[in-house]
Amino acid sequence: MTQTTLDNSVGIVSPQRAHFPEALYLESGEVLDGFELIYETYGELCADGSNAVLVCHALSGNHHAAGFHSENDTKPGWWDTVIGPGKPIDTNRFFVVCPNNIGGCDGSTGPNSLCEATGKPWGSHFPQVSVADWVETQKRLAEHLHLQHWAAVIGGSLGGMQALEWSVRYPDWVAHCVAIAAAPGLTAQNIAFNEIARQAIFSDPEWHDGNYLEAASNPAQGMALARMVGHLTYMSADKMTDRFGRELRQGSFDPQDDEEPVFQVESYLRYQGSQFVSRFDANTYVLMTRALDRFDLSSRGQGNLTEALRDVSAEFLIISFSSDWRFAPSRSHEMANALLSAEKRVTYSDIESDAGHDAFLLDDANYLALFSAWMGRVAA
Amino acid sequence: MQRGDIDTIVAWVPEGGKVLDLGCGDGELLHRLQAEKRVEGLGVDIDPANIIAAVCKGLCVVQQDMEDGLQNFEGSCFDAVIIAYSLQVLERPHAVLERIVSIGNEAIVTFPNFGHWRSRLSLLLNGRMPKTKALPYSWFDTPNIHFCTVADFEALCKDLNIVVVERRMSSRAGLLAQLWPNLFAKSASYRITRR
Repeated sequence: MTQTTLDNSVGIVSPQRAHFPEALYLESGEVLDGFELIYETYGELCADGSNAVLVCHALSGNHHAAGFHSENDTKPGWWDTVIGPGKPIDTNRFFVVCPNNIGGCDGSTGPNSLCEATGKPWGSHFPQVSVADWVETQKRLAEHLHLQHWAAVIGGSLGGMQALEWSVRYPDWVAHCVAIAAAPGLTAQNIAFNEIARQAIFSDPEWHDGNYLEAASNPAQGMALARMVGHLTYMSADKMTDRFGRELRQGSFDPQDDEEPVFQVESYLRYQGSQFVSRFDANTYVLMTRALDRFDLSSRGQGNLTEALRDVSAEFLIISFSSDWRFAPSRSHEMANALLSAEKRVTYSDIESDAGHDAFLLDDANYLALFSAWMGRVAA
Repeated sequence: MQRGDIDTIVAWVPEGGKVLDLGCGDGELLHRLQAEKRVEGLGVDIDPANIIAAVCKGLCVVQQDMEDGLQNFEGSCFDAVIIAYSLQVLERPHAVLERIVSIGNEAIVTFPNFGHWRSRLSLLLNGRMPKTKALPYSWFDTPNIHFCTVADFEALCKDLNIVVVERRMSSRAGLLAQLWPNLFAKSASYRITRR
């Protein structure tokens, strides 16, 4: 961490915890006897509580969205490009709340937590949670923080889906909704990629039907493979060509050379896979991808998206990225169109970018300028 | 202002109406309509820089190509759909005109009149495609690919079964422009509707 990284950063932050003893009735019909959320907040809540903003994380995200955990931290939170003083989610104006979702593996109740009934880790027995369930837990967190309203609910990808769900589930709570690189529901192709990732995990002998903790093992191979597939879909073909081309990391095609050739892109994906294994849990990955697959905003309108949006009162910002093929611009446009048909206030922009789905996490001048400009209308 | 169509549009748009501004640019017109006519406005533009500029003005704006059919506005009912000074940049202006009279109770279309005497004289005397202060582009490098005259526009409306409800001509030669708009109007503003 250097002075320059701290200049427009929320600085050193510490996570907090909140325990919710009351039972949580999940969409699946199962019941969770209480749960715990780990979360971070940035900025100050104003006296009338009108400047609270909820940030929802995506598949592999967590509560650490901005700033650093210590002086020695080399990397800031996952959305540090967007959250901080003078940034689109300006912590000089807003009180930002970001929890780790239940089912996660970064401190909130999830598959690695102890199940009180059995005294063992939940493992694969952790109930399947949904986007709507996450919204319920986030609402309990809001009430715990004595909030009655969000100035904005914001997220990218799976986080954008949560923001959309908030706007239809609790219209009175949400004044502004930002869904970036998101969709009202996944396409068959998108579900297919998630299924390949899950099958990669299931096929690892260390998986032990999801109870690998008890077996003192970890399906690392399967997880790494799942991440490689996932990561590939977050990048655009052009970006990969730019970054890796056909360059070799080691070895050569010379038959005299003993060392096998390894492409840069192979090495990169292997690295991404192995990094992920060290910080993420396989059960969480399975559970999060299923929540993603099963989300369908139009179900509230019996399959009609416009109908589902009939009662929302939020104003919307919908952003897509031109090279994102995992959450294609057409899906965001579809979302914007449904909002227009439902006569809601919406702004939609497709940002020209070669960074694929990952663009929502990156520092793109047009993206950040639009986001900042739009946040100007969110009362704080 | 070179154009002289903006005041006419502001005057025509109904108070508190629902307005769609196609090719809204930086949102200046919509911003004025919101301030002066309290309209519920939506802008459409294809240029990302314009989207940001319009958002800075507090407007709702959707990035899309108005020539892609405007299917997403099917079933919408706008009190006014505006195309201000962008008819000449469209590839298929006639197709867009047909669409806008179906999604709006009324459409307001304004454009520079290429039949203005200065344009005619310039072409006649110089034998070169006219350039003006307001439209300074060379013929080979211009966004304005479909210029028309007042007479051309009215003929097209007739062909498309579009009714001209009202028209206003702007020019420094006020009376002349009313008498002989095709020759003296610098810009033309039309309120049109479906027959």
